[in-house]
Amino acid sequence: MDGAQRIPVLKVGRVLVVPIQVDMDDQMVISLQERILSELERTGARGVLIDITLLEMIDSFIGRMLSDIAAMARVMDARTVVVGMRPAVAITLVELGLELRGVETVLNVDEGIRLLRDELDGHDDEDEATLLGELNLFGESFNRA
Amino acid sequence: MESRSIALEHEPDIVVARNEVRRLARALGFSPTDQTRLATVASELARNVVKYAGHGRLIAQPITDSDGRTGLRLIFEDTGPGIYDLAAAMRDGFSTGGGLGKGLPGSRRLVHEFQIESSPERGTRVSVVRWT
Ligand SMILES: Nc1ncnc2c1ncn2[C@@H]1O[C@H](COP(=O)(O)OP(=O)(O)OP(=O)(O)O)[C@@H](O)[C@H]1O
Ligand SMILES: [Mg+2]
Repeated sequence: MDGAQRIPVLKVGRVLVVPIQVDMDDQMVISLQERILSELERTGARGVLIDITLLEMIDSFIGRMLSDIAAMARVMDARTVVVGMRPAVAITLVELGLELRGVETVLNVDEGIRLLRDELDGHDDEDEATLLGELNLFGESFNRA
Repeated sequence: MESRSIALEHEPDIVVARNEVRRLARALGFSPTDQTRLATVASELARNVVKYAGHGRLIAQPITDSDGRTGLRLIFEDTGPGIYDLAAAMRDGFSTGGGLGKGLPGSRRLVHEFQIESSPERGTRVSVVRWT
């Protein structure tokens, strides 16, 4: 079973949008990372927007996935933005000693869009609308704070 | 509240362990941040058991101190190969498994009490406590 198949990797403009909404075991983490990288290669996307609003913790395994994705994405000239980290998760991450090197973190999807505006096919309002629409399909996690 | 014992044998057990620990921590009145700290410790130390020892178990024990303060003790034990150089393993960045080397030192920072014993004969036992 490939559980990570349940985690969508959407392409909006030139950005891959990844809403993580299930509790991932290590195999799911590995296969999600592989899917994001192969989609980056296939689509030439310029940004990766990972929504972790629903993630209840980031341990060293998930932390490493995020920095590995950022490192690989950078080689392919793409930015990696993580959206919606909970305060408790952020505090724990620091105490654990994880740095998430190369990963830009923002509070909400709006900020993520602002950051990736250029990557969203050049200031195209339609793309932003599409992105927000897609994200809303995934419901609560994309509350625009 | 009763102790819980959770078998750590396969990767999915890591998820079971951290979710069960979070559930217990919430029931004991730990703050959301403490719940996340404890769940993260459970994820790290359960993964070490599955990854380096193959199998073992987690015992989660609600405890109370003499002032009536509530705590949660987590004991991770296995009969695996033990840790060859314990002092090195407790340092940030030390890994024999291609990891970040954050599991043990990071877990120690996330709890109030941390004890580790390890030998090739008996395996490894890590016991941690966090108080509310
Ligand atoms: N239960 C165990 N049995 C045997 N060896 C262990 C056990 N737990 C940890 N170790 C050893 O201690 C080292 C450090 O563990 P630690 O969890 O800090 O880092 P890691 O597992 O290598 O990487 P990370 O946890 O950051 O992904 C491991 O690489 C391993 O050699
Ligand atoms: Mg570890």
